Amino acid sequence: MSELQKHAAEIAAQFSDHTDVDAEEIEQRLDQLVSEYKVPVDEARRSVTNSLLEEADMDREELGRGGAEAVLVGEIDQDEQWVDVTVQVVDLWEPRSDSIAQVGLVGDESGRTKFVAFETSDLPELEEGASYKLANVVTDEYQGDYSIKLNRTTTITELDETVEVGDDTTTVDGALVDVQSGSGLIKRCPEEGCTRVLQNGRCSEHGEVDGEFDLRIKAVLDDGRQVQDVIFNREATEELTGIGLEDAKQQAQDALDTSVVAEGIRTDIVGRYYRVTGPTLGRYVLANEFERLERPTDTAAIRAAAGVDR
Amino acid sequence: MSADQSVPTREVAQRVFAAEFNDASYTFKESDDDRAPVYALLPTGERANRVFFVGTLTETDDVGDDSEYWQGRIVDPTGTFFVYAGQYQPEAASTLRELEPPAYVAVVGKPRTYETDDGSITVSVRPESITPVDAATRDRWVAETAERTLDRIEAFDDEANEYARMAREEYGEDLSAHREAVVEALDSLDDDGASDDAAEPPVDGEP
Repeated sequence: MSELQKHAAEIAAQFSDHTDVDAEEIEQRLDQLVSEYKVPVDEARRSVTNSLLEEADMDREELGRGGAEAVLVGEIDQDEQWVDVTVQVVDLWEPRSDSIAQVGLVGDESGRTKFVAFETSDLPELEEGASYKLANVVTDEYQGDYSIKLNRTTTITELDETVEVGDDTTTVDGALVDVQSGSGLIKRCPEEGCTRVLQNGRCSEHGEVDGEFDLRIKAVLDDGRQVQDVIFNREATEELTGIGLEDAKQQAQDALDTSVVAEGIRTDIVGRYYRVTGPTLGRYVLANEFERLERPTDTAAIRAAAGVDR
Repeated sequence: MSADQSVPTREVAQRVFAAEFNDASYTFKESDDDRAPVYALLPTGERANRVFFVGTLTETDDVGDDSEYWQGRIVDPTGTFFVYAGQYQPEAASTLRELEPPAYVAVVGKPRTYETDDGSITVSVRPESITPVDAATRDRWVAETAERTLDRIEAFDDEANEYARMAREEYGEDLSAHREAVVEALDSLDDDGASDDAAEPPVDGEP
């Protein structure tokens, strides 16, 4: 997509809610000004925009600040909406496909969301930790999770100020009803930036590697109405079970089997009630904080409900 | 488990007292698929493919012929849950083998029904896990289960509640026994002042 096509698409998007304008026609007008009359692009844009406003009998104010609506990432709740976001790049991940240029997490005060930029869009690279205004991105939905897709018409403006990223922290209460496979003493791929969990000594990306030991728990909290997957990282696992990485390695060595660690953990925590607080990532809540829930809290209220009720 | 792509949604563990659970003899599937989950229909109008309960393990018994098959009796304020664990539930079986009753235990498991020779239907639990817990966890479960049971009773008359409709057909519409069980269960807590946070956990007498 040429520079002019990009400008034309943006102008078209700005007008799309008000009048029927054709990006191709806009491009021709821009091209005429730029190529024939040697007008700088910015000036050409201004000129075309103004004449379109006049033709449509619109005020500049009506145009607002663009065709796409500025939203917070936490507000995104519809598929295929054109929006503008102002975000910090929180995390960049390894693209799993050649068609993807960049993938990761961006966030603003309302929370975080996944973003994807495709190779074909030919966009400048985003840097981790930097803040940007991303204009004209499209929302996407997959199994109830929303993300944004950058595209050819997206404009990326790096900001001097840093966008503060709020945490989309949630709290879940429930009985811990299961400790899932992949818990306990695990090995991670030692390749730079990989950290994938090895299956039988193999990394799905880097093949057979000499893994590094780590400790984690993937568990399920269930309150009788819904279930929530939670992850305790090494630190949280130590705090929850009192088992440190060295203890776990020792246990595994003594038993000649790493699975004894998970089994011990299972016996210690399954069937108890916990409250877990942390950010949501995909289907998991990361247990940054947690507490054991002991006594019932409001039996008086329940009693009242039982007695009064009919 | 590497195929994380299409994880089926996990069935929630229903909270139900033993008295109601043991009446849940009607089971059904919601699709013709061989592997579709089997649900027990609770008399208060809910489907249960999994249950979670906490009670006092009062007795364990190896009732198997050739191989170990452990039966455990687990008592709550309203009645007794029967759990059975054999070679396919090795962890639960070894817990039943090793635990010394009486002990508080938490059980996650699946409802199972079978028809006895005289044609009556017995409801039991095939445990996924049995873990020893403390009295506070038991009290919390009793309060929670009282609350959930009341919620179900509350929703029983909703027009849109298809499981209530099924329950009415299968078991009738008199829920007074289940409501009384809730009150009894709560009484068992409050006699010991368990609703007071500072109080010591109640020590259960022989059930």
